[in-house]
Amino acid sequence: MRGVGAVLRGAPRAATGLAVLGAALLVAPLLVDDYLLSVILITLYFAFVGQAWNLMMGYAGQLSLGHALYVGLGGYAAAAFFVHFGLTPWAGMVIGILVAAAFAAGIGLLAFRFGIGGVYFALLTIAVAEFTRILFEHFEWVGATGGFFLPVENREINDLLMLRGSPAMFYYVILAMTVGLFLANVALIRSRMGYYWMAIREDQDAAQALGINTFRYKMMAVVLSASLTALGGVFLAFYNNNLFPIDAFGIHRSIEIILAPIIGGLGTLFGPILGAFILTPLGEVLTWALDQLGVQMAGVKHLFYGLVLLVIIRSLPGGVWPWFARRLGIEGPEARP
Amino acid sequence: MTWDTVASILIGGALTGLVYSLMALGLSVIFGVIRVVNFAHGEMMTLAMFAGVFLFTGGGLDPILSLPIVAGTLFILGYALQRRLVEPFIARPEHEQFILLLAVAILLVNGLLLAFGPDARSVTVDYAFDSFELGPIFIDKVKAYAAGVGVLVAAGLLMFFRYTRTGKAIRACSDNLMGAQVVGLNIRRLYALTFGLGVACVGAAGCLLSLLVDVTPMLGPELTLLAFVIVIIGGLGSMMGALLGGIVVGLSEALAGLLIVPSMKSMFSFGLLILILAFRPQGLFGKRT
Repeated sequence: MRGVGAVLRGAPRAATGLAVLGAALLVAPLLVDDYLLSVILITLYFAFVGQAWNLMMGYAGQLSLGHALYVGLGGYAAAAFFVHFGLTPWAGMVIGILVAAAFAAGIGLLAFRFGIGGVYFALLTIAVAEFTRILFEHFEWVGATGGFFLPVENREINDLLMLRGSPAMFYYVILAMTVGLFLANVALIRSRMGYYWMAIREDQDAAQALGINTFRYKMMAVVLSASLTALGGVFLAFYNNNLFPIDAFGIHRSIEIILAPIIGGLGTLFGPILGAFILTPLGEVLTWALDQLGVQMAGVKHLFYGLVLLVIIRSLPGGVWPWFARRLGIEGPEARP
Repeated sequence: MTWDTVASILIGGALTGLVYSLMALGLSVIFGVIRVVNFAHGEMMTLAMFAGVFLFTGGGLDPILSLPIVAGTLFILGYALQRRLVEPFIARPEHEQFILLLAVAILLVNGLLLAFGPDARSVTVDYAFDSFELGPIFIDKVKAYAAGVGVLVAAGLLMFFRYTRTGKAIRACSDNLMGAQVVGLNIRRLYALTFGLGVACVGAAGCLLSLLVDVTPMLGPELTLLAFVIVIIGGLGSMMGALLGGIVVGLSEALAGLLIVPSMKSMFSFGLLILILAFRPQGLFGKRT
């Protein structure tokens, strides 16, 4: 197996492409208008949480259909401590991550101790997310169904400590997060743990027979993925300035998170990012085009997402990235067999 | 609160539960035979509920009378879905099957949203507020009829599986697929038939539920989850389990509405699901394997 760097050196076209993309993303706030910037920003957000989800499903093979749980928990925790106690989100983030990790550990303990796998595990993740949604709909400290709002201040002053500022500031924060997580993933999947995860994904019994502590490594995957997703949730809450239980924890949110990695390619490093960059802009273009035609229809974007998902899972179940990588002339070191 | 009010509410809950049972039965039949988990179950249910509502408002047809039409249409839909979409996925990894049906679910929810908008729609039949009186206990007439028809449909399905040749053949596929192939059963046709029957069950249940609950496109995911809760409580793949599980969930919802805030009632069933998964994953009525 070769490293990503080695692969790219072997494929100058891909390396050039990556360099151009990186440079374009760095200077984007100077070139594009606010709307376009918000589209790229949301794309990067989906690339971030998609990567976090992909760690658990793509590499460790544990399907979570309730990842909005962690987005919501992270967001609500950091926002609540910010609004009620003036705590900086950098500290609130730690609280959010701890809460999300605790929930994930609870789900993991329940599921893996009692040997709940496959569909039962997926259902457990939905059930806990829905349970928490209803809990938060009655949780007055964070506004219950009425929603929880962060005070919107002057957007001209960038206060990185309190995460208050211009869209450009938020853009660079999420760009740094997404790139950072990508680099961390590169290291992670080439570590001992990464190989253990893939062994568990391919054949859990065989992995166990080889002496891998499958319980421990599945727990690590679930907790790590949840913590990272919560980090994404903190960002989203401070960017949107509002939180509603249905929008934070709802099942449609969980599904949005998993679309990009599935379409881009499960268990690949670039898949979640590619998927986000395909899906989110296309959805926006569609909404915009219909807007121009004077048609405003709820559900069109998601109908389109569903259609893309159906086509991909039918004819390209490995996702777009492995196919794209072959066309670029790189056999990804991480292509799923 | 007096005991007769409590009794009325509990009976109402159990009757609604029987309609849930029929929905869950569909899920159980599909999983029990094809081993495919229908993640679009609740979305198909909302489709049937919309059909029930429109046949009532447009054609003046009581949902109980339009039930055969809706169930029949959904049977064809289910049959076609299995043949065209699900069949090639039977040998594929489990998560690809989930994702396929998830895609179907997304298409159904947003298709309905696009067609009918987000507003809640309901059926008000002329016996809507009548009730049977058993001494001091009141039993809602609509709920009683819906539950009664639900039980009839479920009984019909059970008889079909027990006594007809086709029903026996389908059970043979579920018991021993290899054996069924060896004796020359047409597996592909039987699977499509089973998927059709499961979806027809949902169609019937959706028609009946349109009498009891307002329908919106967003109801789909909630119903899918509810069907899973019931089936897991009863034991996945067990038909009797699905029936009893529906009653348990109906009762627990009624109790939750009685004891705490009604809007928290579905938290009760999710809590129940989490407890069951933790302590009795084979279901309340399933056997430990």
